[in-house]
Parts: sequence; structure tokens; C-alpha cells
Amino acid sequence: MPRPVSYNLIQKPLEADLSMAELPEGNMGEGFFATSLSKVVGLARKNSIWPLPFATSCCGIEFMATMGSHYDLSRFGSERVGFSPRQCDLLMVMGTIAKKMGPVVKQVYLQMAEPRWVIAVGACASSGGIFDTYSVLQGIDQVIPVDVYVPGCPPRPEAIIDGVMRIQDLVEKESIRRRNSDQYRALLESYGIQ
Amino acid sequence: MKDQHIKLPEGSIEKTTTTLNLGPTHPATHGVMQNILELDGERVVSTEQTIGYIHRAFEKLAERRPLYQITTLTDRLNYCSSPINNMGWHMTCEKLLGVKTPKRVDYLRVIIMELSRISDHLICNSIVGVDAGAYTGFLYVMQYRELIYEIYEEVCGARLTTNMGRIGGFERNFSDVAFQKIEKFLKEYPVVLKEFEDLFIRNRIFMDRTKDTGGISAERALNYGFTGPNLRAAGVDYDLRVHQPYSSYEDFKFNIPVGNTGDNYDRWLVRQREMWESLSIVEQAYRKVQDFKGKEADVYHADVPAYYLPEKADVYTKMEALIYHFKIVMGETEIPKGEVYHAVEGGNGELGFYLISDGGRTPYRLHFRRPCFVYYQAYEELIKGSMLSDAIMTMSSLNLIAGELDA
Amino acid sequence: MSLTSEYIQQRLQDKFGEQVGSFEQPYGMLTFEAPKEINLKVLNFLFDDPHLQFRFLTDLTAVHYPDQTGRELAVVYHLHNLSANVRLRFKVFTDIQTPDVYTASGLFSAANWMERETYDFFGVNFVGHPNLKRILNVDEMDYFPLRKEFPLEDQTRIDKDDAMFGRG
Repeated sequence: MPRPVSYNLIQKPLEADLSMAELPEGNMGEGFFATSLSKVVGLARKNSIWPLPFATSCCGIEFMATMGSHYDLSRFGSERVGFSPRQCDLLMVMGTIAKKMGPVVKQVYLQMAEPRWVIAVGACASSGGIFDTYSVLQGIDQVIPVDVYVPGCPPRPEAIIDGVMRIQDLVEKESIRRRNSDQYRALLESYGIQ
Repeated sequence: MKDQHIKLPEGSIEKTTTTLNLGPTHPATHGVMQNILELDGERVVSTEQTIGYIHRAFEKLAERRPLYQITTLTDRLNYCSSPINNMGWHMTCEKLLGVKTPKRVDYLRVIIMELSRISDHLICNSIVGVDAGAYTGFLYVMQYRELIYEIYEEVCGARLTTNMGRIGGFERNFSDVAFQKIEKFLKEYPVVLKEFEDLFIRNRIFMDRTKDTGGISAERALNYGFTGPNLRAAGVDYDLRVHQPYSSYEDFKFNIPVGNTGDNYDRWLVRQREMWESLSIVEQAYRKVQDFKGKEADVYHADVPAYYLPEKADVYTKMEALIYHFKIVMGETEIPKGEVYHAVEGGNGELGFYLISDGGRTPYRLHFRRPCFVYYQAYEELIKGSMLSDAIMTMSSLNLIAGELDA
Repeated sequence: MSLTSEYIQQRLQDKFGEQVGSFEQPYGMLTFEAPKEINLKVLNFLFDDPHLQFRFLTDLTAVHYPDQTGRELAVVYHLHNLSANVRLRFKVFTDIQTPDVYTASGLFSAANWMERETYDFFGVNFVGHPNLKRILNVDEMDYFPLRKEFPLEDQTRIDKDDAMFGRG
């Protein structure tokens, strides 16, 4: 017996009128709250990531669907997508990057200010995808360091949202000294980025 | 890899025009293409286009794959309406192999192709609105594209790059849920399309932005090789569904909207009107499919065991099915030698497949005649002398899909 | 006078005699070839003649046949007569050492980028083309990738193991 067609089959009541982020652990008192700085900064940053959609091909259309009202990415704080790398935190590379486009991706990455994260959406951005050819870069991690890879061809919007949530985990747990650490500098050196 | 990749023209002290790089990453270019504009104040003097930023070597890749594996490549040509590309490729293979599809398969193909045409034109028209500043229409119709995606999912399992169908038909019969979703779409969508249309069609701001910009005459358009809605907006009623009907399009009654001047407003109107016509074709096809009863309603592919994988249950029990399965998968089927050119009316125009086969497992040469590649050459002529904002509107109203541009 | 294949063949043979040849009709489309020196003359004739009127260039591409010495590269034009709804395929063979073919971009503006793409993929040098440079590949590329002797994969990649893909 085929199921009837409708969007929301189970109506779930809202748990609360407001949804609030979780409080990090710390010492509370009358009018003060003591916790470590990186926890507060992480909490603030993770819920307001400004993405830069670097949409090249088919994954870009799935990104449009993710930003649409059905799969709404702005629930996660990524309401304001910008197209200027100077103002964005998260570079979402979606789609095939050809060798001709490689220097452009690198230039966009260099223009972003720290802290910056990179998410490779789709099989083509992660590893070249089905295009094992002379003209396609086999994964953007040949030119820039990547934090999260989202597989799929194209990944479902739920998968893209999952990737953004993994980025949120990284952002929350990141130490505020990481960007000046030797390990991070060595990582950038390995890509030829000063 | 060089860091300074963008090669700007040499500057000189006497230069009076500004060079503006509308580069590969730009919110207004939908997909990666680069335009280096020479501007005199706000007026465009000349432009130089660079494409190839997403060149994926489809044609070389196709020489490595057997015919049924090339369907996944054709998906990624015009990825806003991938079922049309898939069906076009299957029809090319059927022409080469001499396979004739039954009527029910043709009608089901028509339903899917017209739904994907609606999906493609929806993206184009709403993005024209976004570029003019009207974001609402885009968000509103994306919800209805989700319903089209759900229909694709019921038929083939994927949303965007569908890899739908096989040589000779479909991989499975359309389920009842798929038909229910098509009915729901037919019921709910006309209201939405009317609301979307009313946002733009007599909107003063939109008309001022798009009327008399980016126009082209019919003779120049034909010389440039325009096809599809861009050519019909210029006044030439050339539509492959009528002139060289494929997949039983001759059984349907529909009109072909034709514009006057070929400017951006006409292109928008032609696409809008085509969506209404596609909706009526889907309705007619749906009624025709419902007319097949009994045994005929179970037909979803042509009876060509040499090219269509037999049912798994038969493969495990019957000898002939096992042999056919082996031959198809291992590439031992007899593909005739020859060259064939077949074209379908894609979302942007005549999408052609030129296939040369030398009898081997893989094609000897496969060339895609991509409509976007052919008409993007005319961009300089379209925007010469107009203002920068008109150049942006022209680019988005031409519906340039980067995957189809570069292949 | 209806535009049948026999009529087109007759007109072409009347005008060009023995130079046009190999008339065949694979899958219903008349195909013929001519030497590369007269390719523009044939295209102009097909364009201007009031009965033939092949005024729409559908496609321009090339095919590489490494085994046919002296005729390795074939430039294929697909033409279309929109009013009579007739298609035509016209092939021009050239050898690979001097792949010079006259450009059709003076007659059809559509041929501009199509010839650039053909040059990019096969190395066919279109004489008289206004801007013959690479269009889809990187400008620094020094070989013509769609020729049969070159492999599909990028040989300098390190993360994919050819043995696992059944090659190598």
C-alpha cells in the first residue's frame, strides 16, 4: 500500500518557544560566569559562520537547494552568504575544480582572513570525483588545506548540512592559539602559503 | 601553477577605458566564466570572454566508457535539467542500435523531459529576478523544484544528476507514488507559476531593467547558431520537438512561444510561456499514460535483451538471460559501426550528440553539440554599447550553465 | 523542387565534379567529403544557392584517425537547412603534419569558437581565424589532448594508483 504523499507526516510540537545554544561548562555565580575564553569564542563563532559559496557546477545547484526554504542552511547561523573572501569565514568549494581554476581557488583562499575554514563539498572537490582526467584537479587539497570533506555526487542537502555541522564542531573546539601555532604554520608551508 | 593567472591587457597612459574583470568567481556569473570588460564610464566598449574553468574532458572520457556508462557524463552537461540530457543520449544510442521504444516508454520520457524543462526554466527565470534584485521569487519556486526532485527520486533514486533510464526505456516502472506526486504537481503548480509570473511580468522595475537590453536580430542569431528559447525570443520558431519529433512528441498538442526583439524581456517571457506549455504537455502525457491498462501498463522498456539488462530473477534462473547479462556487462555486444547525429530540444536549445562507433565496446569519438557554448560567442555583440548592469542581466537571461559551456 | 539527397548530390557534383565524393547516408543524413582546399567554396555554394540554402551551422568538430596516413584529421561540419528541414554532414580530411584548413568564421559567426575548440583539442590550424588560441584548456598546454596517442589521465597525479584502476 503506497504511503500517502505529503511533506510533514509527523507533526512535532515545538519543545520551547526559543531555541538557545548550550552553555559551556564553567563557574556560575550571582552576576558572573567564569569559563575559558576559547569556549566562549568558540560558541559565538560556531553559530554565526559566514560562508562563501564557491559554487562551480552541479553541487552548486544542490547548495541552492540547501539555502532554500526546504533544507534551510540559515537555521545554523549561515544566513549571510557573502561573495567577498575578505568578509567570510568558511570557504565552501562546491563542484569540480579544473586546473585552470586552481590558481583562482588559491587566490580566494589567500584573501580570506584568519580564522578560516574550508569545506570541500562533493566528490569532485574532495578527490576529483568521476573526472580522472588531464584537466581536472584531483581534489582541492592539492592547493589549499581542507577541514571537512562532504562526499556525494552531488551530496544531498542533508549531507551538506551535516558537513557544516562538522565545521561547527571544529569551530567550537578550536583553541584560540591554533592559528599562531607551529603546527598550523607548517601546514600552510606545505601548501606554499606564507 | 602561476599565482597571477588573470592576464590583463597591457595598460598605457593614453588609455581612456576602464578594464573590469568580471572574474570567474563572481556572484553574478552563474557558474565559472570570465569576462574582461572594457568600460567607458558605465558603457561597455568591448569584452573578452574566457571559458574552460570547468573543462572536464567529457569527450575524451567518453572514449573510455561503454555506451551505458556515458549516461552519467551526460547528466553533468546541463545539470539543471539532467534527465533531458540522459534521454537524448539514450535516443542517440537507440538510433545507432536500431531500437524502437514502445509508446508508453515514449510518453513516460515526455513527462520526465518536460518536468526537467520546467525545472531548468524556473532556475533561469528566478535567477534573472535575483540579478535584478528580486530575491523572493527565487526562494518561492525553489520549493516547487523540490517537488520535481522528489518525482525524480521516485523514478530513479537521485535528485540532481539523475542517470535516468536505460537504452530502450527505464530501469523500473513508475510507481504509484510517482504518479501521485505528478498529480500533486499538476494540481498545485499552476497557482505557484501564476504567482511567480505576476511578480515580474508587468512589474515596472523589471521591465525597465530588461526591455531593450541585450537584443539580437533573427539573422544574426541564426548566423551565431542560436537555438532554443534565445532563438525563439529573436523571432524564429525553430523547436526540435516540432521539426524533428522524437519520442512521440507528434502526438501532443502544444504551442511554441516566439518573441519579437530577442531582448532580455522577450527571453524571460518565452521561457515563462514555455513553462505553461510544458505543464500542458505533462498533463496530456499523464492522461495518455493512464489510458494504458492491464498488461500494457507494465511496459517500461523496449524488448531488446541485447542492449537492456534482463531482470535479475531471470539472470539467476534462465540461460539466455545470463548470457545477455554477461555480454552486456563485459562489453561483448555487437555495436554496429557507423556515425550518427541526434539532437534533442534541451533547456537551452539543440543539444546534439555526434557519435562515431567503430564496432568496439566504447565509442570511437563522441562530440556534444552544446547550445550554451555556441550562443555565448554572441555575448560581445549583445552587450556592446549597453551599460554594465545590462551586461549582467544579459548574462543571466541567456541561461549559461557552466557545465554545458565547457564540457 | 524538394530537397532530397539525390538532388543535393546532383547539384554538388554538377558544380564541383570529381572533387566531392564519398556520398553516403548513414542513418538518414547525407554525408560527403571534399578536399580541404575547396572547403570554403563548398560551404559558400551551399549557403548562397537559392535552392540549397544551408544557412545554419549546427556543429563543427574533428576526428582523429591515426591509421589513415595522409588523412589523419577529419574536420566535420554539420549543416542544416531550417526551412526545408534537411541536415547535411560535410567532411574535410587533412594530414597531421600540415593541418591547415580555411576558416568558416567569415561565413558563420558560430564557427568562431567551434574552430577554437577544434584547434584546442586536435591542433587543426584554421587559416584566417581572427583569434585562434586555446579555449577550454590552460593556455600553457603544449599538446593536443584529444588525439589518440595521449592518455586521458593526468600522468603527474600521485594520489591515484593506476594498478587499482586496471591500468598500468
